[in-house]
Amino acid sequence: MSLFEYRLPELHNMLHNKEVSVSELTEESLSVIARRDGDIHAFLTLNEEGARATARSLDDKLASGESRGLLFGLPAGIKDNIVTKGLRTTCASQFLTNFQPIYDATVTAMLRQADAVTMGKLNMDEFAMGGSNENSSFGVVRNPWDLERVPGGSSGGSAASVAAGEVFFALGSDTGGSIRQPASYCGVVGFKPTYGLVSRYGLVAFASSLDQIGPVTRNVEDSAYVLQAIAGYDPKDSTSAKVEIPDYLSALTGDVTGLRIAVPKEYIGEGVDASVRESVLAALKVLEGLGAVWEEVSLPHTEYAVAAYYLLSSSEASSNLARFDGVRYGTRIDEGGGLLDLYLNSRSRGFGPEVKRRIMLGTYALSSGYYDAYYLKAQKVRTLIKQDFDEVFKNYDVVIGPTAPTTAFKLGSQTEDPLTMYLNDILTIPVSLAGIPAVSIPCGLADGLPVGLQIIGKEFDETTVLRVAHAFEQNTEHHKQRPQL
Amino acid sequence: MSSKYETVIGLEVHVELHTKSKIFCGCSTEFGAPPNTHTCPVCLGHPGVLPVLNRQAVEYAMKAAMALNCTIGDVSKFDRKNYFYPDSPKAYQISQFDQPIGLNGWIDIEVDGETKRIGITRLHLEEDAGKLTHVDGGFASLVDFNRVGTPLIEIVSEPDLRSPEEARAYLEKIRAIMQYCDVSDVKMEEGSMRCDANISLRPIGQEEFGIRAELKNMNSFRGVLRGLEYEQFRQGEILDDGGIVVQETRRWDEAGGKTLSMRGKEEAHDYRYFPDPDLIVLHISDAWKESIRATIPELPDARQARYSEEYGLTAYDAGVITSSMLLADFFEGALHYTQDAKSLANWIMGDLLGYLNANNLELSDVKITPQGLGEMIGLIAGGTISSKIAKTVFKEMLESGKLPAAIVEEKGLVQISDEGAIKGIVEAVVAANPQSVEDYKAGKQKAIGFLVGQVMKESKGKANPGLANKLLAEVLNS
Repeated sequence: MSLFEYRLPELHNMLHNKEVSVSELTEESLSVIARRDGDIHAFLTLNEEGARATARSLDDKLASGESRGLLFGLPAGIKDNIVTKGLRTTCASQFLTNFQPIYDATVTAMLRQADAVTMGKLNMDEFAMGGSNENSSFGVVRNPWDLERVPGGSSGGSAASVAAGEVFFALGSDTGGSIRQPASYCGVVGFKPTYGLVSRYGLVAFASSLDQIGPVTRNVEDSAYVLQAIAGYDPKDSTSAKVEIPDYLSALTGDVTGLRIAVPKEYIGEGVDASVRESVLAALKVLEGLGAVWEEVSLPHTEYAVAAYYLLSSSEASSNLARFDGVRYGTRIDEGGGLLDLYLNSRSRGFGPEVKRRIMLGTYALSSGYYDAYYLKAQKVRTLIKQDFDEVFKNYDVVIGPTAPTTAFKLGSQTEDPLTMYLNDILTIPVSLAGIPAVSIPCGLADGLPVGLQIIGKEFDETTVLRVAHAFEQNTEHHKQRPQL
Repeated sequence: MSSKYETVIGLEVHVELHTKSKIFCGCSTEFGAPPNTHTCPVCLGHPGVLPVLNRQAVEYAMKAAMALNCTIGDVSKFDRKNYFYPDSPKAYQISQFDQPIGLNGWIDIEVDGETKRIGITRLHLEEDAGKLTHVDGGFASLVDFNRVGTPLIEIVSEPDLRSPEEARAYLEKIRAIMQYCDVSDVKMEEGSMRCDANISLRPIGQEEFGIRAELKNMNSFRGVLRGLEYEQFRQGEILDDGGIVVQETRRWDEAGGKTLSMRGKEEAHDYRYFPDPDLIVLHISDAWKESIRATIPELPDARQARYSEEYGLTAYDAGVITSSMLLADFFEGALHYTQDAKSLANWIMGDLLGYLNANNLELSDVKITPQGLGEMIGLIAGGTISSKIAKTVFKEMLESGKLPAAIVEEKGLVQISDEGAIKGIVEAVVAANPQSVEDYKAGKQKAIGFLVGQVMKESKGKANPGLANKLLAEVLNS
């Protein structure tokens, strides 16, 4: 059996019992990457020497009997919008082709603290803008289940690298579905925590009020492990929450007796593929069999979520990405025409088309005379969407639906039509706007492609989300399905 | 300018708060460090960084707002002001748009003996930008990010000012209040206090405001006064000729003594303000407000009134002395050593300020101590030194900071009040100047002045002038 088939706690024991060394795990990861990543293209930067050095020092630590971190010795991939000191961080943008950060993101430091091994930086849609990974400046990522299909996005590299068994886990970031949707397309577990649970310090901002870092793993237990290692208050992030971090592993009881599940009719109605709907209904049956009950509810403002999201996220992005001006770092195109030309040339040539589209949209939405009609109105919609969830959570423990309306689509099939592309996020965006936690877990295959089940919880109730996901996983085999590579 | 117009001025004053660290990171705010040494990924706007609000900056802003009689909101928030310029590493400035720290304040100013209340629209907190230096004849620009992220408050007045003099009085009062509150160094020359002005003219009696120009780059109190005077003149000329003032931003050219157009209304920025999603809304409790209010010291107006009441100073003298906290503290410090507040005020208003102004110095630049001046006044009153000798002692105190008794001792400046000693000098002078004696006796009263002068000269200025006069008259008339 491949080392990648073990769960993280099993690997932990194997390392402890000296059945395997960190260097062996790291070499295994490197060899899979060497074998498969030519096709998948999940990695933008491979930290080969760095990973080997870390592995050696961790093996020394193991030998000396020093205490070990929670993610001890586990080779991991980090989405390329999370800064890593001295390790190239590009956000998959031409603009940052050669950018070497001078500091570590809080999660990067936490992974090191937990003794994980950083294998490298993972491909994504440029600046996390996209849902197919086709917006990377450095080439698309291919779905391990079907190389002609997209892995989803924007954390396409994170999902594909885990699905392909290149790393033991990965970190992604989710703004409107960017962890959950690729997890769904690639048949892995993608967790988006409550906004504020994981520090955003060092996550290159796309939409600050929505961005959250979360784990991408092969099973729910691993997800709980990684979340445990990265959750917590960070004084460097003012939006970070001062909440007690529970023991996520002990939440995995397998017990869902009496659990009340809400299934929004808007999430299983028109626009959702029949095969996806069937998989979700079958999943609900499994949970029913375990003692849970489910009922159909309504989240009436769902239809406005996509519009509100694109206004708000683009508005914030237009300001967040203004710092990429060619003056201090990144692409600088100076043809001697003066300051304005430096700005115009650096930005128009440094950014890809989707990024520019969103900067323009956001700039427009914030402009004097349009602010009330767009930005402010969208904020009001956001409040209504949050209230929709609050209402439902008065009577239910979790909300369940599909993660995405379809399975992974063919590369290039939607690139000409951004609006259709935006609608792929229709089931993940409301959750992001509400700031609440959700996980996507595999719940079956449709025509040989993975379908994702989205389990949504109350604010900071990660434990219930994990418990339900874990109970489902324990009673099904979907998460054991692997792509044929 | 013809007098058929009324001038309307509103000021936007920026004051740097002297916190130890920057408003959104831990870097030092120290002035004068080598370029780009007080920087970090946060203030350099590196990808992924986040701001964390400095509590001290908020408290200074609250204190300043309270001292300007503003209402402090229960909720305040930060917004992004978006614009591209190399001095702004994030290409937006974190500022406050619709929920500033303070609203609806006022201060009283005095011009030509009249007190006038000037409204303050708002006071908000924001971060400073970096500093650009243009070199190679404008072909290159150097940027220093040490200043970026220094906390600033912007104080916006109502358009209540009616002359450049009122504007200057307002600015001086703001400076004094900030100094009393100990929230800033408020030095216009070092840029820790900066001022932009909106100025327009309207025919006297007209209610509607005229078209205004925004005036920038006035880097001193004198610059503000001169810039506004020039602009008042310029707009008056345009209106006299039947023209229309263009709404624009203009720059005061100190060397040229005129204002120049910077950019027109159509080139005005759209800053696209929106709430900064990286910062949380600031909730200001009543308890917090009260704890800050308790730290506000006696302010200039209250001190001025007290000086008039307790020490009998004229409103003008009290106003001048309290216009600078250092000066007022000096005055009060000296009162521990002399009861004679009036003499003390005279010495401060005359000799001390005269010297500082003539040499373009600050009080902190000279060494004289409150104890020194207080004791010197005591020495004059006690007859130890004459007022004339006191001038010498005063000058020495400015330079060395020594106490007057020590100076008098060291330099042998004690006044000669011994009748015998003075009489000897008087007799010698009379003997040496027969012509003057003759003139005196012939009825030329003027001659006695010359003889007194000779006595003072012979005694090296130490003879008690009263005694010298008396004894000279006695000798001449004997």
